[in-house]
Amino acid sequence: MGFTVYIILVPIVMFLFLSLGSKWLKPRTAGIIGTAGMAVSTLLSYFTAYRYFFVEGQQNGVYAKITAFTAEWLRFGDKLHIDMGVLLDPISVMMLVVITTVSLMVHLYSLGYMKGEVGFQRYFGLLSLFSFSMLGLVVATNIFQMYIFWELVGASSYLLIGFYYTKPTAVAASKKAFIVTRFADLGFLIGILILSFNTGTFDFGLLTADNASLAVTTMSGGSFLGLSAATWAMSLLFMGAAGKSAMFPLHIWLPDAMEGPTPVSALIHAATMVVAGVFLVARMFPLYVFAAPDVLTLITYVGAFTALFAAVIAITQTDIKRVLAFSTISQIAYMMVALGVSGMGGHAGEGYTASMFHLFTHAFFKALLFLGAGAVIHAVHSNEMENMGGLRKYMPVTHITFLIACLAISGIPPFSGFFSKDEILSAAFQHDKFIFAVLWVVAGLTAFYMFRLYYRIFWGAERRYDKHPHEAPAVMYVPLIVLAALTCVCGMLPFSKFVSSDGAPFSAGINWGIASASVLVGIAGIAVATWFYKKASDRPARAAAKWAGFWDAASHKFYMDEVWQFVTKKIIFRCVSRPIAWFDRHVIDGTMNALGTMTEKASETIEPVQSGKVQTYALVFVFSVLIITVGVFLL
Amino acid sequence: MDFSNFLMMHQELGLLAIFLILIVFDIFAGETPVMKWFRPLAVFLLAVHTVAGFFVVEDGTAFGGMYVTNDLTVLMKNILNIGTLVVFLQAGEWLRKEDKGIREGEFYVITAATLFGMYLMISAGNFMLLYIGIETASLPAACLAAYKKHQEKSAEAGAKYILMTAFSSGIMMFGLSYLYGATGTMYFEDMQSLITMTPMTVLGFVFFFAGLAFKISLVPFHMWAPDVYEGSPTPTTAYLSVVSKAAAVFVLMLTLHHVFGGMEKVWYYLMWVITVVTIVVGNLFAIRQNDIKRFFAYSSISQAGYIMLGVLHGSEMGLSATVYFILVYLFSNLAAFGVITSVENRTGRTEIAAYNGLYKTNPKLALVMMLAVFSLAGIPPLGGFFSKFFIFASAAEQGDYILVFIATVNTVISLYYYLRIVKAMFINEPAADMGEVMRTDVYNKASLVLCVAGMLLVGVVSGVYDYIDAIGF
Repeated sequence: MGFTVYIILVPIVMFLFLSLGSKWLKPRTAGIIGTAGMAVSTLLSYFTAYRYFFVEGQQNGVYAKITAFTAEWLRFGDKLHIDMGVLLDPISVMMLVVITTVSLMVHLYSLGYMKGEVGFQRYFGLLSLFSFSMLGLVVATNIFQMYIFWELVGASSYLLIGFYYTKPTAVAASKKAFIVTRFADLGFLIGILILSFNTGTFDFGLLTADNASLAVTTMSGGSFLGLSAATWAMSLLFMGAAGKSAMFPLHIWLPDAMEGPTPVSALIHAATMVVAGVFLVARMFPLYVFAAPDVLTLITYVGAFTALFAAVIAITQTDIKRVLAFSTISQIAYMMVALGVSGMGGHAGEGYTASMFHLFTHAFFKALLFLGAGAVIHAVHSNEMENMGGLRKYMPVTHITFLIACLAISGIPPFSGFFSKDEILSAAFQHDKFIFAVLWVVAGLTAFYMFRLYYRIFWGAERRYDKHPHEAPAVMYVPLIVLAALTCVCGMLPFSKFVSSDGAPFSAGINWGIASASVLVGIAGIAVATWFYKKASDRPARAAAKWAGFWDAASHKFYMDEVWQFVTKKIIFRCVSRPIAWFDRHVIDGTMNALGTMTEKASETIEPVQSGKVQTYALVFVFSVLIITVGVFLL
Repeated sequence: MDFSNFLMMHQELGLLAIFLILIVFDIFAGETPVMKWFRPLAVFLLAVHTVAGFFVVEDGTAFGGMYVTNDLTVLMKNILNIGTLVVFLQAGEWLRKEDKGIREGEFYVITAATLFGMYLMISAGNFMLLYIGIETASLPAACLAAYKKHQEKSAEAGAKYILMTAFSSGIMMFGLSYLYGATGTMYFEDMQSLITMTPMTVLGFVFFFAGLAFKISLVPFHMWAPDVYEGSPTPTTAYLSVVSKAAAVFVLMLTLHHVFGGMEKVWYYLMWVITVVTIVVGNLFAIRQNDIKRFFAYSSISQAGYIMLGVLHGSEMGLSATVYFILVYLFSNLAAFGVITSVENRTGRTEIAAYNGLYKTNPKLALVMMLAVFSLAGIPPLGGFFSKFFIFASAAEQGDYILVFIATVNTVISLYYYLRIVKAMFINEPAADMGEVMRTDVYNKASLVLCVAGMLLVGVVSGVYDYIDAIGF
């Protein structure tokens, strides 16, 4: 299946073409070309999925890892080399489909949303760059390739968040996102180094083969601070994953990243980049299960806490994109928990399947929510809830599709979120009742804050609009309809037949007891939201006043930004950076300056030798030969 | 007589044909309008020849072991071809501009002749042929240096070059006579088996090495280089600093391994010291130069030191890394010289100050120059980074960490002086008389595109290194 490499090459060619040609390409042409390129990648991805899942993928009833394309790039030793390639397995093929589909929808949508913006061509070029990086990440054959694309994803995300680079908040947000994720990536890199140092390879196939026996045999010893090399490496990899996937306490960049254009938020900060961390953990899953099970427990608890934490904050936010941002954090944490509670193989691996399933369904409905929010923002020119209300009359398509997405995320059947969430809850229930309880509460909160959002946008008291809000143009609402359709049907897929922890299909089924519990709590959440927000009233204000302290803390995101500010500015800068800076300025710079001065001096001293006289040159020549001869004989 | 011997020499014969076609064309069309076709013809023929070079004939020896050809020599010749082609592309504009006193055609003809000499150097299986090759390559090169014969500087450069060449050939010949005296043969193969460590052979080797070191411009045999590079016409400087130097390195590599393999103890320490001295001295002088051609002379001396890093261990990886390094160096240095030629043709100046604010007056040239010096300094993702990486890795692989350390420190120093040029172009304000935007002719543009593509692709596309590595020794 060598053609799969074109799925990745097409976007990078598009990026180069659109960026280099941005001067002489008309905005509209640039947009259409970029979208067409993405469409090609999308079709190829679908074809790949068909070939993989139905024709070539299964070997002896198990979905195998197929290396469809590989090229050696840099060789360090016999076993250690960096390749660039395409690895096909159930999760990478699934990701190809998700990324290209959402990216294509966002491309289409952006044609309308970004119309008339300065830098339209640059925008499409960057979208292509991002798609390229993300696709390269998921099909990586080795962890180093993944790391390269991981950083590329970070860089293109930085460029897209800071797209409105004249806006100071956008610049600050892009820097914050980059620095926070970069900090986490430091852990990732060190993790890679520990891993490859011990196992002697970067290759995923070798690392995960035979229940990760390579890592188990080479890395179980070597304890540092009481933890084995494997635990260290896998924890550090998780640190990288937590940065990209916005797990507590590294989640602080994601809400700010909403400064970017809304379609970008839909693509990067909902459906693709932020799930890269989940994907990384899933990719290394055998290593976690067999070599470092403690880390999986850590992942479970971090995930569960993040899910609850973000859901509580989401209730209090008034900027509609920020509500969605916190909801994203919460849902990704769900996926992390599902991985954390999972085992390997068969029904024990239900959590793994559930996590990937939720990733799959979440990508569509969250992208739909963001694009819907974009349509609303486009209509009322504001992100704040108080400037909205009663929009259902003006924007019927947006309204219905948004409602579908809200029902899906709240876990109401038959929409897709119900199926995936049920699977996660059932996996958690079998593993740990406490974690299940947390997730169950979060499910209720999710339904509540999503319907709070829904009612405040589309119901409630109608604001006085300067201009009548209008439905988005067709290029914008067609993607909404497509994504809504996907949200309605993709939950019915027998997902566990395709994606499982060990590649062998199994049937997951619905656990009706848990399903009814989760639907109940979802409906309860919706009911409470309806009571509070469907009609304009003072109920929300009264409730907020009653819980004033808590409400304040939550709406300030529990002061996590301030905590980070304190830690970095007061502690790290003052106690660590300053002494280091002093050492750097005086000792290191001093040495370097001395070296520089010496070099200058030496250079000045030997200059007269080059006199321009041929006689001198010949003399030097002869004497050099003589000295060398003597030197050689003395040796 | 077996004519298949000649078939084996198809590259030499092709070049000879080009030489003859060009010289006849130049003689008969010299003053007529037909002459305007000369340059396209020259470029076209050499381009065809370069491409044809990649169709390898089988390995073999001809004329009783005098002449040797194999994948490696063919690859080396191909690299030289590419370099010469770029010089051909860059030279035309300057040749047209000069007064009528010089003949345009001769430049190409003479260059082709030196290239022929280099072919013989590389394919020699006998010291006699090697010596003839070196002379064939050197004597016409002196003509190229003195090509602007009405200008004192150029004439001086030519005179200095020929004097020093004669001098170094003399020493080399002297060394060869010792070697012949000790072993009784001039053939590489025989000498390799007969040579032993006696004072006579060691002396012979040192003298022979000095002759080659002169061509590579290794310290302390480098002193001619800055004067000649500065005085010569810029395309000649480019040719001498890249193609001529590359040929000498190739010969050194081949002879070290095919003849002097048994004397590794001698040449390892000898070259270790020379490598360090070359890198350091080249850098120290480069810092203080104000003329850009002189500057590149010293920079190319220190680059020669890096090249030796790969040669002196004689490991498989070191030799592949050296060939790769030379390929990247060729593209980077010729890109820089392409820019220098353009600027000199417009302004007549070669000081670094002439590059002040080049980014404002001619952003494209400034960009090419920036890429070139970044590649020379070894900044990723340009080819120069990878070539330095491989060559350092090859030395580190042999456990020579001290040498790698010295070389790395010097890389930092080199970054300083390379950045001086970048600073001049991007930060300094342009002089008042630099206001107009400069244009270069289409040939030069093609050469710059070729070089930039080379710098980028040779670095990133791993196939190039694999190809060189696969040929090996």
